[in-house]
Amino acid sequence: MTNPFQYAPAPESRSIVDVAPSHGLFVDGEFVDGTGTPFKTVNPATEEVLSEIACASDADVDRAVKAARRAFTRTWGPMRPADRGKYLFRIARLLQERAREFAVLESLDNGKPIRESRDVDVPLAAAHFFYHAGWADKLDWAGLGPGPRPLGVAGQVIPWNFPLLMLAWKVAPALATGNTVVLKPAETTPLTALLFAEVCRQADLPPGVVNIVTGAGETGRAVVEHADVDKVAFTGSTEVGRSIARAVAGTRKRLTLELGGKAANIVFDDAPVDQAVEGIVQGIFSNQGHVCCAGSRLLVQENVHDEVIASLQRRIGTLRLGDPLDKNTDIGAINSAEQLARIRELVDVGEAEGAHRWQPACELPDRGFWFPPTVFTEVSPAHRIARDEVFGPVLSVLTFRTPDEAVAKANNTTYGLSAGVWTEKGSRILAVTDRLRAGVVWANTFNKFDPTSPFGGYKQSGYGREGGRQGLAAYLEGAQ
Amino acid sequence: MTHVLDPGAPAAAVPPRREPPAPYRDVTRSDAAFRAFLHGLPGVDQVGAEARTAVLATRSIKTTAKAWAIDTAISMIDLTTLEGADTPGKVRSLAAKARRPDPTDPTCPPVAAVCVYGDLAGVAREALSGTGINVAAVATAFPSGRASRAVKLADVRDAVANGADEIDMVIDRGAFLAGRHRDVYDEIVAVREACGDAHLKVILETGELVTLDNVRRASWLAMLAGGDFIKTSTGKISPAATLPVCLVMMEAVRDFRAATGRQVGVKPAGGIRTTKDAIRHLVLVNEVAGPDWLTPDWFRIGASSLLNDLLLQRQKLHTGHYSGPDHVSVD
Amino acid sequence: MSDRLAVRKTYKLYLNGAFPRSESGRTYEVTDARGGFLANAAQASRKDARDAVVAARAAFGTWSGATAYNRGQVLYRVAEVMEGRHAQFCEEVAAGEGLSSSRARAAVDAAIDRWVWYAGWTDKLGAVLGGANPVAGAYFDFSLPEPTGVVAVLAPQRSSLLGLVSVLAPVLAGGNTAVVVTSRARPLPAVTLGEVLATSDLPGGVVNLLTGDAGELGPWLAEHDDVDAVDLAGAPADRAMELERLAAGSIKRVVRPPAEEPDWSADPGLGRLTPFLETKTVWHPMGL
Repeated sequence: MTNPFQYAPAPESRSIVDVAPSHGLFVDGEFVDGTGTPFKTVNPATEEVLSEIACASDADVDRAVKAARRAFTRTWGPMRPADRGKYLFRIARLLQERAREFAVLESLDNGKPIRESRDVDVPLAAAHFFYHAGWADKLDWAGLGPGPRPLGVAGQVIPWNFPLLMLAWKVAPALATGNTVVLKPAETTPLTALLFAEVCRQADLPPGVVNIVTGAGETGRAVVEHADVDKVAFTGSTEVGRSIARAVAGTRKRLTLELGGKAANIVFDDAPVDQAVEGIVQGIFSNQGHVCCAGSRLLVQENVHDEVIASLQRRIGTLRLGDPLDKNTDIGAINSAEQLARIRELVDVGEAEGAHRWQPACELPDRGFWFPPTVFTEVSPAHRIARDEVFGPVLSVLTFRTPDEAVAKANNTTYGLSAGVWTEKGSRILAVTDRLRAGVVWANTFNKFDPTSPFGGYKQSGYGREGGRQGLAAYLEGAQ
Repeated sequence: MTHVLDPGAPAAAVPPRREPPAPYRDVTRSDAAFRAFLHGLPGVDQVGAEARTAVLATRSIKTTAKAWAIDTAISMIDLTTLEGADTPGKVRSLAAKARRPDPTDPTCPPVAAVCVYGDLAGVAREALSGTGINVAAVATAFPSGRASRAVKLADVRDAVANGADEIDMVIDRGAFLAGRHRDVYDEIVAVREACGDAHLKVILETGELVTLDNVRRASWLAMLAGGDFIKTSTGKISPAATLPVCLVMMEAVRDFRAATGRQVGVKPAGGIRTTKDAIRHLVLVNEVAGPDWLTPDWFRIGASSLLNDLLLQRQKLHTGHYSGPDHVSVD
Repeated sequence: MSDRLAVRKTYKLYLNGAFPRSESGRTYEVTDARGGFLANAAQASRKDARDAVVAARAAFGTWSGATAYNRGQVLYRVAEVMEGRHAQFCEEVAAGEGLSSSRARAAVDAAIDRWVWYAGWTDKLGAVLGGANPVAGAYFDFSLPEPTGVVAVLAPQRSSLLGLVSVLAPVLAGGNTAVVVTSRARPLPAVTLGEVLATSDLPGGVVNLLTGDAGELGPWLAEHDDVDAVDLAGAPADRAMELERLAAGSIKRVVRPPAEEPDWSADPGLGRLTPFLETKTVWHPMGL
């Protein structure tokens, strides 16, 4: 029977954003031309070109770092901490004021559903500024040792999966601790960072405190390797993280890395199963699985495997894939053709390795980059889809029989960013959580974030924390 | 009229225990077995359940979908009056509204049922004859349920005899919370017998069960005992119908059908006052249990003031402009 | 002077709770500050380093899984046994570092006191570095410090006991296990510390002491995928960058060497504890 309740399209209006046909760099409080070869940013849901973006060359990056240094020495560094805080409060408020605009722009540029950009990315970004604003004049009380001082100029490179939110995670603590910033957004998602630059101007933030240099890997390399950068913060792939760690070796630069993950989401037979299924779905399909802490490995206790998978498949059947600007869309577009190719490649590998692929009946739009939610069952720990980060809507299901086996399989990865545990038994939650080698453990929930809550990885998922008291340490001299 | 309440009459014979459906034959053997079964159902994490309904509540239902949802919601309403001040006149006026909710628009569907106290079921029956609209009567010492089994069963028989097509009973929450699951079960079975051909809706009064775990357990208990519908609330206790409660009940009927093959309906009642509330419930039905439940046979909304809000929204969709309370009838 | 012929010790490695020779069979001559012969020490090879990492990994579960109170007790017990070897440490430090007996005594006193200081940290780190996070939602959310894992320590080359203790004790206090390359030229206090550790309650494998050349062993440890962190305190100045680059391969936590070996008697703060601690954050809903 066809469902009589067909949701009519409910698109969020695009008219709130006015995407300029071209964008410059944001250096020393001004939008300026770049001297590199400009590139185009496209809407991944339609392949429509949204804007032409300036590319920062080494010389442009140098100008940005100089501006940041000047601002650090002359304005931002000497400023009363309480006033720095007030600027951050202003920024937080402006993000809230312009929330709809940011959400629409984020969904256009990134492909993520408007429901997520509206209800998750943008409010959390504002919350990060709000939280850190309050720290600016209380750092002596942060318990990070006596007389914490800013490091200077922070060079920050962020990924395309949560463009504005990752910007907030980087910029808010850097500014709150008195540093100035040169930030490079991802090549495929520069637009909200550039809108954020406008917000900085609207807030009358002194020139040079925040500089935004757009470009690809070469621009990022220039930021990381610039001799006058005191601190490098990177979120992205482990592979790039490795090269950045090599690049800063032997320098005085401080480094924090937030890298990849292959999180285990462990479901015991006494789990609250409906919520566990929600957590699995949320864990791997939100943001199209473009999440470093995604619960990409489902470890389900063997005695409930069949019913959990049946529930999961039924639930996946209700996910709505399509226009990211439709308020009822659950799964948006894959961010780029490159990422789509990587997902396809790993899915092909999974099939070739003998895992069983399942996808719901799901119509994909003709244009743009799309991939349906995918579940692999009969996955062995030796399969590549159980080890490599797919960074897409692809779940690998493994089974276990005992808590020991669950922990052993969960930890059997080079990553250690996050994990999930689902059981109604309190002591088991604590025991399993204690033994999981992961920086964030969600027990009976998944993919929750908060500015007060430190986030970051063990092992090859990186080092340093973002958020909370612990996150401040990355930006303070003498912090312990 | 039959007079079933004769203090001198011998106590009604305890009906034979009705077997629950396979594969649950054994669970009613003892309170211990019952407890083991009900407490062995998967737990419900309240925060997760609330988060799920919060996301579902963001579904944006517009234009054609909204028109369909409004008409469907109207057709699912158990238009209710359960006041001590109810009179035959009040019930007749409600029945008239049930038949033609919007007198200016013949395309507006009728509601599913009119829900009244048992003594007024006859009035409702007469006012609704030939309309296809059912008469629902609350019974079993509604709303508290605090009366002897004999009184409750007499209440049910009385309402059925007065012409009720549907009986809305309340469970014994005291017994449920005290762990006397067999008592609760037996009473539902007995009421089921007393209903004869009438449909039985089992009110869990979730506001008194407090936890979503209890909502799930009580839902299963009621379904095992043969209830045709499970219903959230009497409307006399707050909170009444909430989205998380309805979520857990929709999961229960979905899982029960998967396990036994028998479909059970769901009726949230109390607190659903706006079109937005009603549509959120329909979205929940659609995405949790599925479209099989999207008919008045399997989903009802117990409400009174909701109908007027649906009518106002319906008029807005048809005319393109907003209306006001004087453009729909007072109840 | 007694004319008794001295019984010379044969110095060995301390590895997995035992005292093996280097699998390579190599030894090297240890002299005092004036060049006088002191002893032959085992010269650890890359295979010894490999074995040490295996031992440290195997011991990590037990050590990190012990209660913080228990770790504190064990570490304090180490200090007690060190105190019993006070005279021997003084002699070795004086000879190796060319210090007067009073300065050597001061260094040994400071080393034992530092060990006691770190022993007292084990059950405070959670409270000082962790805590509850007031997230905006119905969740209980807390963060706790946890040990990073297996830490390779290139011990300071000059300060043979105080320097060694200053880099090793914080690693252990945090719950990590260690593979230490001792000062090459001044290994004897480290050898004695190994004997102290072996006769304390520290489980075998928690500390593995390799006498030998940091320049030779450093790259193997820095590049080892099963080492989680490296402290380059005693790395040769011209090799530090290379070692840090190698460590990047498996995203190791790295503590860079200071430009000059510092005065280890300064208050250490938490600066050598936190680099070898991870923050684990746990969320759980709060519902009825």
